[in-house]
Amino acid sequence: MALKRAKKFEAEIPTASLPDIIFTLIIFFLVTTTITSDKGVSLTLPEFSEGQEMVKLKKDMVLNILIAETGDIMVDAEILANRGELLNRIRTSLEEKGKDAEGKYLKIVSIKTQGGTLYNDYMYVLDQVKAAGASKISIAEPEE
Amino acid sequence: MPQLKRPAPYNATIPSASLPDIIFTLLIFFMVVTSFKQFDGLPVIVPEAKTTAKIDAGKRDIAYIWIDKRGQISLDDQPFTEESVADLVPILFERRSANPKTVISLKADRDCRMKIVTDVQQQCRKAYTLRVNYTTRFKEEG
Repeated sequence: MALKRAKKFEAEIPTASLPDIIFTLIIFFLVTTTITSDKGVSLTLPEFSEGQEMVKLKKDMVLNILIAETGDIMVDAEILANRGELLNRIRTSLEEKGKDAEGKYLKIVSIKTQGGTLYNDYMYVLDQVKAAGASKISIAEPEE
Repeated sequence: MPQLKRPAPYNATIPSASLPDIIFTLLIFFMVVTSFKQFDGLPVIVPEAKTTAKIDAGKRDIAYIWIDKRGQISLDDQPFTEESVADLVPILFERRSANPKTVISLKADRDCRMKIVTDVQQQCRKAYTLRVNYTTRFKEEG
C-alpha cells in the first residue's frame, strides 16, 4: 500500500487586516494625545534694581488699585462697594488721559497687594485691568 | 479596410501594497511629536480669568513654577520652600542664559497668598526672567 504523502501545509498569517490594526493604533494615539496648550495671563515684570527706583510720575497719570487682605478693593483711595464696578472704574479712569499714537492707553495702572491678599483676588483685578485694555501695568511691592 | 481593434480593457487600480507603510509612517510621526506631560508639578487649582490667552512661546521656552496653597514651590519638579526661594535665582538665570526666550509659567493656587507669589516674582526679576504668565482657566463672560 502506497503511503500517501502528507499534504503540504502552507501556513501564512493573514496580513489583510494589518492596515486596520495600525489604523487602530493611530486612532488610539490621536485620541489619547493631549496637546496641552499653556494658557494664562501674560505680564512682563520690570527689571530688578537694588533699592526701589524712584520714577517721578504725575499723580493723575497713575490709577492706584490696592487689594487688601480682606479682599476689599480700593481704587484711588476709595473702597469699592461692589466688585462688578471695577471694570467700569478702570475704563473711565483710563479714558481720562486718552491714548498714545499706537492706540495704547497712556495711564498707568498700579496694582498693590498686601502680603496676605489672596492670589485669586489679585488675578481677578489683573484680569479686569487687562480686560479694560490697560497696557501699562505696574505691580507694586506688597505692604507688610 | 482593416478591422478596428478594440482598445484593450485598461485595468486601473491604485497599488495598495504600500498602504501599511504609509500608515506606519503616520503612526511613527504621531508617536514622535506627541509630548506627554513632562512634570508632575503640584496639585493646584488655578484662578479663572476672562483675558486668558495662549502663551506666545514654544514648549521648550517655558519654565514651570508651581505654588500650592500650603506654600510649597516647585520648579520643574525641584521642590523649594518659602525659605529657600532664593535658590530659584541661579536655576532660572541658567535657564535664561541658555535660552533668552524663557517664559515663566506660574501655576499658583488661587488660595495661596500674595506674599509667596511676590517672593517668587522677585526671584524671577533677579534672574532676569521677566516674561511671566499666570496660568488661568478661561472664564465665560459674566
